[in-house]
Amino acid sequence: MMRVAWLIVRKDLTVEVRSREIAYTTLFFAVSCVLVFAFALVRDGRAPEDGAAGILWIAVMLAGNLTLGRTFERERQSETLRALLLGPAPRAAVYVGKLLGILALLIGAEVALVPLVALLFQARLLAHPLWLSAILVSGTVGFAAVGTLFAAMLVRARSRDVLLPVLLYPMTVPVIIAGVRGTAALMQPDLEVGVVQFWLALLLCFDAVFVTLALWTFEAVMTD
Amino acid sequence: MPKWFLPLALVCGLMFAASPLVIASADYESTMGLVQKIFYYHMPSAWMFLISAIVCGVSSVRFLVTGDHRHDRTALAAAELTVLFGLITLVTGPLWARRAWGTFWVWDARTTSSLVSWMISWAYLILRRYGGPGSENLAAGLAIFGTANVAFIYVSVNYWRTIHPATTVVPKLPFSMGFPLWFCVAAFTLLFVLLLKLRVRVEEQQARVDELYLSLDDFGR
Repeated sequence: MMRVAWLIVRKDLTVEVRSREIAYTTLFFAVSCVLVFAFALVRDGRAPEDGAAGILWIAVMLAGNLTLGRTFERERQSETLRALLLGPAPRAAVYVGKLLGILALLIGAEVALVPLVALLFQARLLAHPLWLSAILVSGTVGFAAVGTLFAAMLVRARSRDVLLPVLLYPMTVPVIIAGVRGTAALMQPDLEVGVVQFWLALLLCFDAVFVTLALWTFEAVMTD
Repeated sequence: MPKWFLPLALVCGLMFAASPLVIASADYESTMGLVQKIFYYHMPSAWMFLISAIVCGVSSVRFLVTGDHRHDRTALAAAELTVLFGLITLVTGPLWARRAWGTFWVWDARTTSSLVSWMISWAYLILRRYGGPGSENLAAGLAIFGTANVAFIYVSVNYWRTIHPATTVVPKLPFSMGFPLWFCVAAFTLLFVLLLKLRVRVEEQQARVDELYLSLDDFGR
């Protein structure tokens, strides 16, 4: 199964490396989001306290929505998702492959976003890089796990562009709460490890439950 | 319609008509006074909100496992009732909170998880309405995720702070306050059962009409 998933990741990334469409548009969009927030919130060169954590996560989620929509739009345009599902590959492998491809794109965008937010909002985001990457990666996995399933489900639905954020954002509220609170805790002058650990544990539980559920639901929902 | 529907509908109507009198006869709570009486409608509707969300989640799982459209119709009806009872809960809650907590809205575990589940049930209905053919499968997936999600929202917000009263006060209420409460719970439960039955029946009739249209089409050819 992992071999099939890996083949799908490789296929997606090869297409992406050749066109670079999603990477460029997502990154540009995320950076514009951060700039809009900077114009709206930074007054007299000072950003609101804890604002950077929220803005980082909002930018990740908005950019994530774009990535998810675009990844599956590409599969839809050339009817290749049907070909993938018709192939003798387990459905779960298709899901895992898609999830990993989207994760790679989103984490790439985050690598660029974190220093940008830290710079524009004078935030101590990079004070604890290991904790920060743990929180970011586990949060992104949770967001992408739900998002990949929903985007795949909506491929053939009418008005899918509108429906994806409508379904995705209420569902990923725990990710944004835990992500923002965890990141904000990291920016405090004296780090409270217990608080960060709590949010990280919550994110990991969310990931475990929703990846499992998505693997099962993907099989049941992608029938026709 | 089953035989029990009409008598039960009558009983339910009478109970709701009598409920203001029963609530008026209840004792005043010492600190909140009159405003506390909102609670007699708030809590039963919140329970029905929760029950209809659970019915929707369970029916969706059964629909995905068996593929039987009866479960799907129950899930749709329950989702609509979740929106309805959620609305009653979310309107009556802040009215009470303004007096009890001094503010209309607090980001506490219960209020936040109620609001988000209410939004997810709206998302479910939006998906059903605008998703086009095949959206019942997708909506079932959404309902399962939504049900699993509530626990996470609850834990995450609970970690901050909670000021919402716990339901453990309910068994300790004196009779003069307990009776109106259970009276309203019974009335709301009846209302829930009747509306669910009615709504499922509308969907059944709709499915039958669709079937007839399709067979007419076949006949025409």
